[in-house]
Amino acid sequence: MLNVKNLFISFKTPEGIVKAVNDVSFDLKKNESLAIVGESGSGKTQLAFSILGLLDKNAEVFGHINYKNYNLLSLKEKEFNKIRSKKISIIFQDPMTSLNPYMKIKKQLNEILMNHNGVTNDQATKESLRILDAVKIKDAKTTINSYPHELSGGMRQRVMIAMSIICKPEIIIADEPTTSLDVTVQSQIMDLFNDIKKEFNSSIILITHNMGIVQNVCSKLMVMYGGKIMEFGETNEIFSKPLHPYTKGLLETVPKIDDNYQILKTIKGNPINMTNPPSGCIFRTRCPKPTQECKDGSTLNSLIEKEPKHWVDQCCVNCH
Amino acid sequence: MSNSILKVNNLFVDYISNNSFLFPWEKTKIFRAVEDISFEIFEGETLGIVGETGSGKSTIAKAIINLLKVSAGKILFKNNEISNLDEKHMRKYRKEIQMIFQDPLASLNPRMNVGEIISEPLKTHYPNLDKKEIKEQVQEIMENVGLLANQINRYPHEFSGGQCQRIGIARSLILKPKLIICDEPVSSLDVSIQAQVINLLKELQERFKLTYLFITHDLNIAKHMSDNIMVLNLGKMVEINKSDEVFSNPKHEYTKKLISSIPKI
Amino acid sequence: MIITKDKISKLSENLSQIDEVKGRSLWHDAKIRFFKNKAALLSLITLFLVLLFSFIGPLIAMWSNEEIDWNVLGDISTLGYPSFETGHYFGTDELGRDLYSRVIQGTKISLMVGIIGALIAVIVGTIYGAIAGYFGGRIDSFMMRIVDILMSIPYMFVLILLLVIFGRSIFMLFVGIGLVSWLDMARIVRGQTLSIKKKEYVEAAITIGVSHFTIIRRHIIPNLLGVVAVYATLLVPGMILTESFISFLGLGVQEPNTSWGALISEGAGTMRYGTLWQLLFPLFFFVISLFSLFFIGDGLRDALDPKDR
Repeated sequence: MLNVKNLFISFKTPEGIVKAVNDVSFDLKKNESLAIVGESGSGKTQLAFSILGLLDKNAEVFGHINYKNYNLLSLKEKEFNKIRSKKISIIFQDPMTSLNPYMKIKKQLNEILMNHNGVTNDQATKESLRILDAVKIKDAKTTINSYPHELSGGMRQRVMIAMSIICKPEIIIADEPTTSLDVTVQSQIMDLFNDIKKEFNSSIILITHNMGIVQNVCSKLMVMYGGKIMEFGETNEIFSKPLHPYTKGLLETVPKIDDNYQILKTIKGNPINMTNPPSGCIFRTRCPKPTQECKDGSTLNSLIEKEPKHWVDQCCVNCH
Repeated sequence: MSNSILKVNNLFVDYISNNSFLFPWEKTKIFRAVEDISFEIFEGETLGIVGETGSGKSTIAKAIINLLKVSAGKILFKNNEISNLDEKHMRKYRKEIQMIFQDPLASLNPRMNVGEIISEPLKTHYPNLDKKEIKEQVQEIMENVGLLANQINRYPHEFSGGQCQRIGIARSLILKPKLIICDEPVSSLDVSIQAQVINLLKELQERFKLTYLFITHDLNIAKHMSDNIMVLNLGKMVEINKSDEVFSNPKHEYTKKLISSIPKI
Repeated sequence: MIITKDKISKLSENLSQIDEVKGRSLWHDAKIRFFKNKAALLSLITLFLVLLFSFIGPLIAMWSNEEIDWNVLGDISTLGYPSFETGHYFGTDELGRDLYSRVIQGTKISLMVGIIGALIAVIVGTIYGAIAGYFGGRIDSFMMRIVDILMSIPYMFVLILLLVIFGRSIFMLFVGIGLVSWLDMARIVRGQTLSIKKKEYVEAAITIGVSHFTIIRRHIIPNLLGVVAVYATLLVPGMILTESFISFLGLGVQEPNTSWGALISEGAGTMRYGTLWQLLFPLFFFVISLFSLFFIGDGLRDALDPKDR
């Protein structure tokens, strides 16, 4: 359904050229859900934005992004607007800044429906109420007449999710949907995603830095670092048998309740500066055991299928 | 027998919106942020305060350092009452109670360089120190928190989030305080950096015999850092016990709900 | 052993001092952005040239600004024409005085009024606004009510009244402009202070125990300067325009002192006699200076992008 091939995204900034995404390729089939995991600077948000054509003007994009038989990179704004929200929708990270503070929720929801489905205001309101129920907002009638600042963080995120599913899209991109939320609300929202998957048959692309939330929702997992894919495969497979040192590090650095380590395992070093990435293997500054080949770059950073349906970066699979 | 560093007795903090000076017909609105909180921290210990948004944990921190007024109850530092002290008297305690803030970049003045930021506490409380002395102390503390001493002239925006937090930690340590309040110090950092900063905080606690009040919404981190944990919900103290006990044997419904919401890997 | 412990420690000390990395402050970044802005840079150069003109110009003047050239008095429209032979580079005015020197005089006075007026506004307004905003509560209410009251007084009216009662002089002009120019600045600075006050680094400073006035000086004012600088560059043209208007009405600086406004007023009056140069020269300097100041203000606003604050 969605096919991304050899995608390169770079930005011209006053500090130099930032290569945000470097040769990323993946497929998304119908009803599949993919989690893209990475920290700041990994390029995951830029990847998501590029699918919907939301990148800044100073971005240069090369490669292919194909949705069914549309080439998303060469679509004009008018055609793109037919796809956005209706076929592919996005939930942004911070619900407070993604909702218009001057418009009531009703108006914001109705706007989407009236734009895409051409319904009247009353019909739109009915549908909006139904959707608010679907996202488990208890008091839909009061909520729909409120302004964003009158709702709590969790409620606002549910409204965002409602806005994204209202046209029953085939793909929902969720950009760090639970980062600004409390733990209890987080688990409720993740359950909600599962319900949406079943009820609307949508595929979810979940972008996050939190390994903990991906297992329940996404069957496929992609780990990104410095704009490149480090590891890709089935979620359960990767969790039980991580092949890349970065993935291992991410899984290990979360302090778990049932162990009693005095010192937490860390991934050494700092996230890289994308205007001046390390030469050779992009991960070598944080690798626990980098070799000379990593520095030379004699092994390319490209994926090999180490196990069936489990791809790892070629360079890093050797160093651990 | 360890000394009592911080003792809080029946703390109440209310936010009062009072426009009756200009608009006498408006009733005074009172929002009770924190209700009847009591706890005690002994030297060398860490108390973790866990709660969600709006639970009042930051309010408690601000009340302790006198940024907010206490509506009822007492806060005792080393058995001296510090609640609602005026600034003149609070000044001498400020040397001993410091705070690490949540947003590392926002807690540093963007117009000051690292050296100036870290040396500000020294210059404030020991105005007679000469420049050389100050520089030496700053560089020593920088090394202690894992920053290169030659970065001393750089500005906050030139550092990463984790490094900025180290600058904040260095600033809070330079006066060798007795109590450090950590207000969600790792929440805005990347996951891999969180672990580094937590290890650093633990190491510093051992080396300098520090006492921490550690505020967080992340249960995993709370358990790792704290000897005792207090769970807050909507301003009320819901449970307070040793860390292990709170997790193996949660007594309150809310605590159980929090623990069950933690995503399991 | 030749290598002693002190030598090693001295060496490492020197090394660490050599190695100290130079920091890149926000002002530095802003400066670079400003100089990349061609319009702003050009304007800065233009303004500088105008200033240079007002200082060096008198050196090549052949006539002072007061002397009356009797030769041209009879027939100014033909004899008072700008030329190099007579020494009247810009021509003469109605009374036969050298326009070149008069324009230099006018430039000096107008720029002085603009810059000094803006300076008073910046210093008084910033300190007043920062104190009101920082302390808040009753102090803030009291201080800002004074500002409100002063602002509601019809400014032109008072200025004209002062000038009529106390006589026209540069000093009076300064007093009048100074009384009012700081009010807007105080309002703006107070607003900015209110938002800076809430930032975490101010909380951190309070936690450290820094005294209130030191906080204002060290944390609040440097972070205000961006807004203040931009607004100040807009104040200067505002002052010049006000002064020009007053002079145009005939109430500004007294003869033989002159300003752009006065010169333009005279020039406009004699236009019909064909002595266009009397209008065009002062007008030219007036316009390019104001334009330059506006572009510099724009350039500053872009350079001090709020994203960096």
